[in-house]
Amino acid sequence: MNLDVLTQRSGEWLRGTGPEADIVISSRIRLARNLAEFPFVNRASDTVRAQIEDFLRERIEKLQGRRPLTYLRTSDLEPLDRQFLVERQLISREHAEDHGQCGVGVSSEENVSLMVNEEDHLRMQVLRSGMDLDAAWAEINEIDDLMEQEVAYAFDSQFGYLTACPTNVGTGIRVSVMLHLPALVATKEIQKVFQALQKIGLAVRGLYGEGSQAMGDFYQISNQVTLGKSEIDIMKSIKDVVAQILGYERRVRTALVKENRQALHDQVSRAFGILQNAQTISSEETMHLLSSVRMGVNLGLIDDVEIPTVNELFIQTQPAHLQKLRHQKLESAERNIARAAYIRQRLAENNPHTSA
Amino acid sequence: MKKCEHCSKPAVLHITELQDGSVEAHHLCESCAKEYLTQNSEPESVEVESSLSIDESDDSETSEAAPQEQPPCPNCGITFKEFRSLGRLGCAHDYSHFREELTRLIENIHSEVQHVGKVPKRQPDASRQQFDLIRLKLQLKEAIDEENYEKAAGLRDQIRQVELELRSSSPAT
Ligand SMILES: [Zn+2]
Ligand SMILES: [Zn+2]
Repeated sequence: MNLDVLTQRSGEWLRGTGPEADIVISSRIRLARNLAEFPFVNRASDTVRAQIEDFLRERIEKLQGRRPLTYLRTSDLEPLDRQFLVERQLISREHAEDHGQCGVGVSSEENVSLMVNEEDHLRMQVLRSGMDLDAAWAEINEIDDLMEQEVAYAFDSQFGYLTACPTNVGTGIRVSVMLHLPALVATKEIQKVFQALQKIGLAVRGLYGEGSQAMGDFYQISNQVTLGKSEIDIMKSIKDVVAQILGYERRVRTALVKENRQALHDQVSRAFGILQNAQTISSEETMHLLSSVRMGVNLGLIDDVEIPTVNELFIQTQPAHLQKLRHQKLESAERNIARAAYIRQRLAENNPHTSA
Repeated sequence: MKKCEHCSKPAVLHITELQDGSVEAHHLCESCAKEYLTQNSEPESVEVESSLSIDESDDSETSEAAPQEQPPCPNCGITFKEFRSLGRLGCAHDYSHFREELTRLIENIHSEVQHVGKVPKRQPDASRQQFDLIRLKLQLKEAIDEENYEKAAGLRDQIRQVELELRSSSPAT
């Protein structure tokens, strides 16, 4: 797979469709698995890591799933290319920083990725646009069954699937839903949501990461407990909570429009105006403005841009993407200029009114 | 693996802090986490997401009846103490080898100690042979490092033998 081809398009999961897609960006399910006959990755020497990678690569390449997978040995890639895969959510940050031989199998639609030699030997994930956990589970479960015919997983009848860290043991499942919650953030109601989530043992993380401040009103909700509950029950607890948060966000959005339609319309139009005209713009400002625009489109306040374009811009305005687009290394100030230029161009070509 | 944000040790505690509607994530090693938590001791604002149990960790030295130190895992050589400082186990066999200690830890993390959910159709329990493979492969590496090629060749044959047994014992699909 040529990574430069990827820069020209975006993952299917960004297409902005699927149930509740006005608020739910994506649904993701990840399974952690290990091979019984190898030590865990952190305890494996370079030679053994290479053996694990060879062993799994061969099986991933032959996997007869519903989507063909392309295998990339990520340890052979330049740091910029690895960061690019992180930005596209095909590999984790930990995987990109890993030492030793590692790789990933990805589907061309970019909604399946099978990471080899991350914290566990195998971390398989499926991403879907919108609120679509059932479909994500059906697909990852099928891939897991296919892999299981080829390898012997480390499994224990008491502790379930055995993982390098006991926090993932049992089902090895991480169910995550990415939500866009601008109204709850604007009214500071979001704090109540976080407190409620923590009480029931769910984790909340900002879009780009752990450690960094949540940017652009995007939050990922995921389970923490992986043992003692079935995959279906874990998904159900996430679904129930997401349904409540969606209702909450929608009520607050409606109230905002009702109370102060003009101010809200002004805010989202200004955000759009800046994105259309800025000559230099930081990643953080881009996130916040895109977030405003996204809400404006979903509330019918602006119709000069479509949701998939907004979703794509969140990914394509990130550092590694801009540098791959320009085919050169860019410093922060240069990136801000490249980012503004790219956004201007995308918004001009995707304007349904000017193109009609 | 994530590193502690204060020092370079691996982070084992992931703390989410709530303040004025914003969320801050911290990744800390056990000792830095302890310091962090005693400094910020407002119980409501701090939640330990996936602690590898702070309470227990240092008790081993102070408690009257110091529990017998478990021997290291015969397959990967990790000790329970090493696991505590790394936050990661060395091989699948550790779950059997340190079952008692891990059961307590896992109950702390997940509030449950029995897996419910998907079970692999093929080999529900990792067999003795699979653990043998981990040990043999480790010995093979040592033999090669020591340039003891005669021993290495013997080990390679043993590995092939066990692998063959494993393949033939799994039901044909
Ligand atoms: Zn530390
Ligand atoms: Zn071990």
